[in-house]
Amino acid sequence: MAVTRHSDAVAPVRSSGPLAIWFTRHVSTSIGSLGRLFRQPFASLMIILVIAVTLAIPAALNLVVKNAQSVSNGWDNALDFSIYLKRGLSESEADALRGLIDQRADVESVQLITASEALGEFKRQSGFGQALDHLSENPLPHTLVVRPGPMNTSQSMILLQEELGNLPEADVVQIDTEWVQRFHAILDIVKQAITIGASLLGVAIIVIIGNTIRLDIQNRREEIEVTKLIGASNAFVRRPFLWSGFWYGLFGGLLALGLVQYGLYLLEQPVARLAGLYQSGITVLALTLEEGLFILGIGIALGLVGSWFAATRHMRRIEPR
Amino acid sequence: MIQLDDVTKRFPGGQEALSGLTLSIDKGEMLFITGHSGAGKSTLLRLIALIERPTSGQVIVDGQNTRRVKRRKIPAYRRQIGMVFQDHKLLYDRPVADNVALPLVIAGVGHREAGRRVRAALDQVGLLHKEKQRPETLSAGEQQRVGIARAIVTRPKLLIADEPTGNLDPDLSLEVMRIFRRFNEVGVTLLIASHDILLIDRMGCSRIELAAGKLVAEEEEGPAWQ
Repeated sequence: MAVTRHSDAVAPVRSSGPLAIWFTRHVSTSIGSLGRLFRQPFASLMIILVIAVTLAIPAALNLVVKNAQSVSNGWDNALDFSIYLKRGLSESEADALRGLIDQRADVESVQLITASEALGEFKRQSGFGQALDHLSENPLPHTLVVRPGPMNTSQSMILLQEELGNLPEADVVQIDTEWVQRFHAILDIVKQAITIGASLLGVAIIVIIGNTIRLDIQNRREEIEVTKLIGASNAFVRRPFLWSGFWYGLFGGLLALGLVQYGLYLLEQPVARLAGLYQSGITVLALTLEEGLFILGIGIALGLVGSWFAATRHMRRIEPR
Repeated sequence: MIQLDDVTKRFPGGQEALSGLTLSIDKGEMLFITGHSGAGKSTLLRLIALIERPTSGQVIVDGQNTRRVKRRKIPAYRRQIGMVFQDHKLLYDRPVADNVALPLVIAGVGHREAGRRVRAALDQVGLLHKEKQRPETLSAGEQQRVGIARAIVTRPKLLIADEPTGNLDPDLSLEVMRIFRRFNEVGVTLLIASHDILLIDRMGCSRIELAAGKLVAEEEEGPAWQ
């Protein structure tokens, strides 16, 4: 936009190339705006802190969900379910059925636990070994343990379970891990809620920056009037305020990253202790480079939008008198 | 250079600042506008600077009809004109040199070129040695000269001044007027609103007198006193 404005520069003033002017103007304006920020360190820091906290909250929550997902993804076997077959089915019939189910695309693997294996296992684990020897026949059925394929959604999972449960050989389908599915569903909802909350917080940042810029414009009203009087365009007058918004957004984003990283650092020890207790390799997932850049980008974008709104709105009202 | 054709300016509320004013100012002229306050002197200058637009009639400045200058183009239009104000309108948060450089910054003149021109302009008003000072450390007369340096730094063909000596004592006023005279000698057209009749007599320039928004007297250049 600045480039086209130069065509109307005053004739007696010899100007350099439009691109060079555009660049020089922005460099000097950005440094000027940065200087203004530093000249009121306390006020600037307050605003940057508010922006940082506002950005850090959804970023941190998102990180929590990401970690919860990664941990629960380790519970693949938790999605397994068991089909107890009807009594009276022979072992070879059960194995044939196992082979059949195993060929399904939505099933990763099927394991057959025969009635005698099950009884043996039960004897060993329950401690009723002796007593069970007195049973005249094995009361346990053959069991198929089905591990669904990784592509299954919670919907297709239910269908799969229903379908297999309706097989004539099947007696009961036992899903002892429904809570994992519920957990995933809850995580999905939480993620949605975070997105909604983050959008609202984004609006809050726009308002905060907009209001800051509005006050700044009011304080510099006289200066704006004078510059307009001697031929400054709206774009020229708006430029330093846009840069202020940019700096607020950038520093807010950087501080937000710092806050999140610090939070992760604080959590590192407790998580390691917990992982030790569970003898698992759980580690905390940090922000990736992309996520970090995304937060910075969001901060800058919100800063620019907020300052642009404020500057455009209030600038028009200030005309030389 | 400036042509006013049956120009009327009526403010909301009905009071007329200018009524049917027709006026022609030649290139290279140095013209004083006199008259009591409220006679329409400032309004005339404000129409030329496009701070106001006429209610009716035409204002033509250097071949451009101000009526045809779109709102968006007003900044570019104003950059062609040097303006000096009674209250200087300097920016007190920056040194003298930066104040003078402002029109060049707006026009996008390179840093080195701007510095050269700022020093030249300050030299012309005799304030080169004060370029690093803040405006508030200067006297009223010096501040006004900074304002003049800012007005001429882009080398405009037309300079308008609204009561430039309004706040100055006679000696300082005369000094400011001499600076104006020097610009006029190198071809700048000057239009100066002032009610300081004594000073104008002393300068011996052409003048027009306004009263109630109308032209009541026109006087050609007379001999200067010195």
